[in-house]
Amino acid sequence: MPNPVHVRIDVNGEPREADVEPRLLLVHFLRENLGLTGTHVGCDSSNCGACTCSVDGEAVKSCTVLAVQADGSQVTTIEGIGSEDDLHPMQTAFWEKHGLQCGYCTPGMIMASNDLLEHNPQPSEHEIREALAGNLCRCTGYHNIVKAVQAAAEHGLRSVSPEVTA
Amino acid sequence: MSIAEPPPVQNGHVGRSMKRKEDPRLITGRGAYTDDLVLPGLLHAAIVRSPEAHAKIVSIDTEAAKAIPGVQAVLTAADLGLAAGLPMAWVPPGVTVNTPEHYPLAKDTVKHVGDAVAVVVGDDRYAVVDAAEHVLVEYEPLPVVIDPEKALEEGSALVHEEFGTNKVHEWSLGGGDLEAGFAEADLIVERRVENHRISGAPIEPRAVVADYKSGNLQIWSSTQVPHFLRLFLAIMLGQSEEKIRVIAPDVGGGFGAKLQIYAEEPLMAVCSKVTGRPVKWVETRSEHMQVSHHGRDQVATVRLGVKRDGSITAIHSKIIADLGAYMFLLTPSIPSLGAFVMSGCYKIPAVQTDITGVFTNKCATDAIRGAGRPEATHMIETIMDQAADELGMDRLELRRKNFIPKEDFPATTALGIVYDSGDYHGSLDKLLEHFDYEAFKREQAEALEKGKHLGVGFSTYTEICGLAPSRVTGPSGFGLQTGLWESSMVRVHITGAVTIYTGASPHGQGVESSFAQIAADRFGIEPEQVEVIHGDTQTGPQGLGTYGSRSLSVGGEAMVRAVDKVTSKIKKIVAHQLEAAPEDIELQDGRFAVKGSPDKGMTLAEASGEAYIPENLPEGMEPGLEESAFYDPANFVFPFGAHACIVEVDAETGKVDIVRYVAVDDCGPAINPMIIDGQVHGGIAQAIGQALYERIHYDEQGQLVTGTFVDYALPSAADVPSFETDRTETPSTTTSMGVKGVGEAGTIAASPAILNAVVDALRPLGVTYLQMPLSPMRVWEEIQKAQGGGGASDDPGKQGGTYDAHGQGGGGSGPARPNQGELA
Repeated sequence: MPNPVHVRIDVNGEPREADVEPRLLLVHFLRENLGLTGTHVGCDSSNCGACTCSVDGEAVKSCTVLAVQADGSQVTTIEGIGSEDDLHPMQTAFWEKHGLQCGYCTPGMIMASNDLLEHNPQPSEHEIREALAGNLCRCTGYHNIVKAVQAAAEHGLRSVSPEVTA
Repeated sequence: MSIAEPPPVQNGHVGRSMKRKEDPRLITGRGAYTDDLVLPGLLHAAIVRSPEAHAKIVSIDTEAAKAIPGVQAVLTAADLGLAAGLPMAWVPPGVTVNTPEHYPLAKDTVKHVGDAVAVVVGDDRYAVVDAAEHVLVEYEPLPVVIDPEKALEEGSALVHEEFGTNKVHEWSLGGGDLEAGFAEADLIVERRVENHRISGAPIEPRAVVADYKSGNLQIWSSTQVPHFLRLFLAIMLGQSEEKIRVIAPDVGGGFGAKLQIYAEEPLMAVCSKVTGRPVKWVETRSEHMQVSHHGRDQVATVRLGVKRDGSITAIHSKIIADLGAYMFLLTPSIPSLGAFVMSGCYKIPAVQTDITGVFTNKCATDAIRGAGRPEATHMIETIMDQAADELGMDRLELRRKNFIPKEDFPATTALGIVYDSGDYHGSLDKLLEHFDYEAFKREQAEALEKGKHLGVGFSTYTEICGLAPSRVTGPSGFGLQTGLWESSMVRVHITGAVTIYTGASPHGQGVESSFAQIAADRFGIEPEQVEVIHGDTQTGPQGLGTYGSRSLSVGGEAMVRAVDKVTSKIKKIVAHQLEAAPEDIELQDGRFAVKGSPDKGMTLAEASGEAYIPENLPEGMEPGLEESAFYDPANFVFPFGAHACIVEVDAETGKVDIVRYVAVDDCGPAINPMIIDGQVHGGIAQAIGQALYERIHYDEQGQLVTGTFVDYALPSAADVPSFETDRTETPSTTTSMGVKGVGEAGTIAASPAILNAVVDALRPLGVTYLQMPLSPMRVWEEIQKAQGGGGASDDPGKQGGTYDAHGQGGGGSGPARPNQGELA
């Protein structure tokens, strides 16, 4: 490996360390080094948002962040916010409102939706649509994604935070 | 906001908006898409692609790439040793289709940007991309063919010299006396209708993992058609089918783009064979835009004959279809699928479609959501509005006058196609319950006084789906070299749990849920007790995949036939146990019980327990509860509906905003209304994308300008409205459940509604007709032209023209002089 750099990144509440190539993308660090394959790659150009995860409390597109840039950060991925037995309220909302079809954009969409509610707990439909404009879905026409976010907001969902899994 | 009635609560599970069984794994990031798969010793592949649109390959030097540490192999065309090339499966009787050789790696020439030239295999995902850049290919550029109309002119450069023409084929479908139809008409309306090239663009790019061991190939692919893939891999690799296992795991959307046999599939198989290790290739988005087949790309001249009272006498459509450089699996057949629906939901005595396929130096076109039928519906529904305008007749009155009336079903069209059921007046009436047309006209007039341009457009459509009755589409009919049946296997385990194998291969359609709902009702159990397995040729050996809105109407029908075989055996077992006659056993409150004595019965689990103990079975009965069925439909199914789109157009900027979208669709009895609505929403959004935002654009050198999502504008949540959906339920008489398809309906219906709405909004400014995509620049330029301001550039939106910053080509490719028709 050319010029490895040592990184220490807290992922879903667990410290993870590795020697990585400086050019390694955060999304590949998550997927390939850690096996956290819930974070997807859809476009390579920051347009589709399938790779959205949370870094230090902010939603980022992990296909355009280098792993070395996340050194020392707290990263939360879709795997870190809930499990099938203990769903995060936003996951429940997407399920109940049929906010997904093929499911590929869904982890990024859920992470971006959580980021929205973190900043704006009671968004209007217009605000939801604007906030999710960086996350593309080809299946749902967004109708039920908007419904899911509205439902999560109505039920007082605050945010994704590392404490969920801590 | 949804305006649909809450679904009727039934005793059973069919008809319920049940939460999907697929979702828990997908919402928690525990899905298994192809790129998620890791195997011991896994290698990665990167593909060297042509930057030239048309060129001779002078030389390929792989030495530098091979010398890079970690590179295990670099292969070119000469290394592949395939028994056959990539398939094209359409051989229409009596029609010559010029079909060039097409191999996974180009042999002597490249024919479009992105054409694969070499593949690099190595240990590290990043390093193989580096190494691919060290494969040195020398090209000698050849003349490039981009515009399909110019490609047909005498003296045009040729995409494939060996055919001596750029014409791929000519194909026609007609019925009725066209000449008499037009002679009878008082008015003939003629329009050029463009349907530009688009990408399917599922959010999951394609991915392939191949693992070749001891003569057995296991291959994972993000595909809609795993069984077709197994068949064609067998042919290409020259090895028997049973030694190939194809798995389509979770697939992140398809939209037709994954109904294909792609070069990378046999290529990864060869790479694994050569290296002795599993090999993974994951498509980048740029590769998807370059080499995953495109859709549409037709230019049509449509003529509609109509009498003064509004009766349509004839429709004739002449289509030039830009098919690209190669014939992919179904490429030349796609425009023809539209020909089948060229009479829409109207009684038209004479219908004719003439198609000319053309080679260009572009990626092939093939099936993208709707596949031919969106193009046909766009022609019909835009020309209906144009005709209404010229007749001075209301648009809906013209439609109503020509609708096939409900009492005429089953109705045979001039093409000889039998529409099994329909109620077109009913769906339009229901649409108008939600959309007050008269009130809107007043609102529109008031808005205009304030300088606001509102418009409404309608689309009353029918489509033909449920692919397909093999007698119609097979070798001696339409010419597809396959049957289009579907298959299912149903197994009730000793404990009463049910496993269903379906040959449908869903990728977002919710088949695991809707099939479980249907089966649960027939077994008297809960959907949670039914596991639906798909996408693995080893566990479910027969099937033909998911496309053409066929999963439920063909795959579901196969499943219920297998389920009914099992329940028929269960009834015999229960009858034997209870000393009753099998014909007296029926499902009552979750038990197979004796008619009139509901307390005398057995649950599925009780009966299945007996089924595996031979001594408890009737004399001579085989143990076990397992049946399979094949279903070949007798006819297509014919979903229909009525859509209204309301837009506001900013005349200063040309920007179109969709204010409201109301859709009434009829896909027969609903199995899961929530899933149906979701399919309709997504379909409409995809059509909005085409109508307003998306366009695959090649420049005059054949360079793909819209090669990423930066340049190719998929609509986001901020670009589309919420949708208002409702349904009517007119059962198909072809399917036993009455069901029809719905996956393509929104996409087939919506684009003309949007276009008609924008024209309606701009009529006060003198705009009478438009072409897609309705980018702000194009709309603005058309307004300027209509106002006599001349702002239009010289047709820059055409393929090969210049390109605007919005990724959609410039405006102005609408008809410079819309043919206003002539009163005969």
